[in-house]
Amino acid sequence: MGAFLARRLLNYAVLVFLATSFAYLLAAANLDPRGYFEKMQPPPTDAVVDARLDALNLNDRTPLVQRYATWLGGVAQGDFGKTIQGRDVTPQIWTKAGVTLRLVTVATVLGSAAGIAVGAYAAVRQYRRFDRISTAASFLVLSVPTVVIAIGVQVGAIALNDILGFQLLRFSGEYTAGFDGTGGELLLNRVHHALLPTFVLAVALFAAFARYQRNTMLDVLDADFVRTAMAKGLTRRKALIRHALRTALIPTATYFAFTFGVMVSGATFTEKIYGWHGMGAWLIDSISQHDVHVVAAVSCFMAVTIMAASLLSDLLYAWLDPRVRV
Amino acid sequence: MSTTETRAEPAGTPAETPAAPAPPRRIRDVGRRLLATPRVVAGLSLLALLVAAALLGPLLSGWEVGERDYTALLEGPSAEHWAGTNRTGQDVFTQSTAGLRTSMLIGLLVALLSTAVAALVGSFAGYLGRSADRALMWIADLLLVLPGFVVLAILSRHFAGAGGWFVLAVLLSAFSWMVTSKMVRGATVSLREREYVRAARFMGVPPYRIVLRHILPHMSSLLIADATIAVSTAVIGETALSYFGLGVQAPDISLGVVIADGARFATTAWWMFLFPTALLVVLVLAVNMIGDGLRDALDPQSVSRRPRRKQR
Repeated sequence: MGAFLARRLLNYAVLVFLATSFAYLLAAANLDPRGYFEKMQPPPTDAVVDARLDALNLNDRTPLVQRYATWLGGVAQGDFGKTIQGRDVTPQIWTKAGVTLRLVTVATVLGSAAGIAVGAYAAVRQYRRFDRISTAASFLVLSVPTVVIAIGVQVGAIALNDILGFQLLRFSGEYTAGFDGTGGELLLNRVHHALLPTFVLAVALFAAFARYQRNTMLDVLDADFVRTAMAKGLTRRKALIRHALRTALIPTATYFAFTFGVMVSGATFTEKIYGWHGMGAWLIDSISQHDVHVVAAVSCFMAVTIMAASLLSDLLYAWLDPRVRV
Repeated sequence: MSTTETRAEPAGTPAETPAAPAPPRRIRDVGRRLLATPRVVAGLSLLALLVAAALLGPLLSGWEVGERDYTALLEGPSAEHWAGTNRTGQDVFTQSTAGLRTSMLIGLLVALLSTAVAALVGSFAGYLGRSADRALMWIADLLLVLPGFVVLAILSRHFAGAGGWFVLAVLLSAFSWMVTSKMVRGATVSLREREYVRAARFMGVPPYRIVLRHILPHMSSLLIADATIAVSTAVIGETALSYFGLGVQAPDISLGVVIADGARFATTAWWMFLFPTALLVVLVLAVNMIGDGLRDALDPQSVSRRPRRKQR
């Protein structure tokens, strides 16, 4: 098991390294930092632009391989280079990753837990009213892009606030600008702001999980071991939860790894629309500013999170299915 | 022996040939089953309406795509402009239906390309095994880790200019075949040792022909259903990219572009957001309904078609 895990981790590290390098090379070859400086007012001279680009290791007149080597040397020492404004990228990664991870983790836990519960219950009540309603609802939600859900919820919140005459639902920023309060008040303020974006992210995940879990649950409900469990005297509830649901969760654990990548890019829209300064919003801004080092750093973050989700789903799998624990 | 006898007989006595033609009957069966599913019928009719809207919409409205009506800036729906105008006086109905056409084309192209790549990569990896399998699946893993969204965003300036949507569609497919290819690989591994595949192999049929003639047709139903779902995924992906201005670029127009334009006015000029969004949601819903029904009709082990169990 230890050797297996070590090999897995090594493979993941190689994949993350390659993905980040590829993103860097692609960004360095396709983005245009020179144009960013040349468009400044008043237009700087060529020599000034060159000096600035050289200082940032972004000069397109330096060979790409040489720029890559310089950047890689920095990354090896934990330095992801500078943003196009000349600030250090590395410290910003931590704050922005924190914002994104808070949002995504809470939404993932809520969305998948609710989805699994509803999907499993719908399978038990196949073709009853609950099943029909939840299946139709998840089908509908899956047909609406996250962008549209996010904007729709925001418009709804604005309308509701207008009707009520005060701000019941916050839809912009992580906390009230200039808010000054003790730890508890600040926390409450943050939670208040996080309600809508978390809901938006969780809803899409909920629908995907409910749909998937219903199918896997239906597969095991007819299985002999569930009947055996009930025959040996377990209550229906116990047999369903301990024997059927646990088995039906195994494929869902694998599915989790695939949805997490979608989740991280879904967070991009939510952050951007709700004015959160996380990784996704940073990526969009950096692309429009031709900020190569930020693009590479965000790609590295995304690759690491996808790998972590994949590792987590492997661990979940091993926990749920004793057969792989050899 | 019987085959040689049949072959020896002159053509023109079809009554003698023993086997009834199997494939047409299957297609007819599936067709009947599909038409008996209300979801599929609803999805197909919605899709037909949308195709008609995409093809005829810009012709019927009386406005050209991109044409500006300076006498009606940011006005609500009227007899002149069926779905209102945006802030530069463009007819929202014309823009949306023209955008719908591009979005549909992108969805269709991505589904075809990504399913073809997934089928080839997955089946060859599964059939050949060993180093070929490891190499192909490693590439799939790498592409799964590489955030496709980032790569598409970096390359977005290449989508500008006429026909840029084609480049976008090709790139979208390059990042959407991996999961299906893993599924195909799994199915191929279990087919590899079937008697008919072995028989072909021992007769000396080359691997590529075994894959194309014996393995891929066996999972055609899985691929068809998957391709349908891929259409809606691609349409959603295109909208998402275009929302940030990183997808389809002017002069091309897609639903995502129109929605992004309207999103900023969602509270003040609702028609600019509501009309294209409704078209998009109906399109994705219709495609999903057809895909779901296809999966049920084509896959005998499908879950949702299973008869209701007795309550215990």
